[in-house]
Amino acid sequence: MNIVAALAAGLVFGIGLILSGMTDPGKVIGFLDVAGRWDPSLALVMGGAVVVGFFAFRLAGRRGTTFLGGGLHLPQRRDIDLRLVGGSLLFGIGWGLAGFCPGPALVSLASGQQPAAVFVAAMLGGMLLYHAAERGFRGSGDRPKR
Amino acid sequence: MTIDWSQFTPWASLAGGALIGLAAAMLLLLSGRIAGISGIVGGLLVPRSGDIGWRVAFIGGLLLAPAAMAFYPVSPRIDAGFGTLALAGVLVGAGTSYGSGCTSGHGVCGLSRLSPRSLVATAAFIAAGIATVFIARHLG
Repeated sequence: MNIVAALAAGLVFGIGLILSGMTDPGKVIGFLDVAGRWDPSLALVMGGAVVVGFFAFRLAGRRGTTFLGGGLHLPQRRDIDLRLVGGSLLFGIGWGLAGFCPGPALVSLASGQQPAAVFVAAMLGGMLLYHAAERGFRGSGDRPKR
Repeated sequence: MTIDWSQFTPWASLAGGALIGLAAAMLLLLSGRIAGISGIVGGLLVPRSGDIGWRVAFIGGLLLAPAAMAFYPVSPRIDAGFGTLALAGVLVGAGTSYGSGCTSGHGVCGLSRLSPRSLVATAAFIAAGIATVFIARHLG
């Protein structure tokens, strides 16, 4: 049941990305280009998503469990550190360079866009680089990963 | 600031955004998970038993979306060359790993739960994205 729900959620998420325009890198860059001819559409994407999400998280917080009786796996960290800010800045640079972020890149890959395949392969490489660096810095890794 | 009205798609973007929020709500209220794409993918690179199925299912659903939307005309404009795409991909992969999230995890789910961490992360990646596009388009 859990698996079916996750599949359905992924499908709806992807449909939302396509409908919203997020899978068009030109549109994403048009949103980030505030000094040029600015396309404010993506502000509405985020706004629409956050309004719906806000009520979902409030409901989840009140219930304490899922509708299928499972537990909620929510992030517990509250600290704002250099890794959060530095990592997000690096992400933003990559986002601005290509106009792809992870979700839309995967959807574009599935729709047969060759450039998206290059981006996704490099993105997985970047994630593996992180894991390799973490293992290198922390030895065998007794600290639990996110 | 000039608004590009010819590209502005308020209703499709608002509706698409609401669907993204609905998907995040479904994953949260049925599976108990945060719909953050970078985190879901990253968790598959160092798989832990019992924590794989829902990730594969969610990504599978995401990959089915273009087929489900085959009737909807889209014409993506991808200007970046392969070198830029590769560099951008590495930055996005490493950056979202260090920053614990991307547009969906921080920008949608994190802001929805009023997380200060996500607010800072979202401000940082949007600012960096704006600066990058400014340099590439107007100073390059």
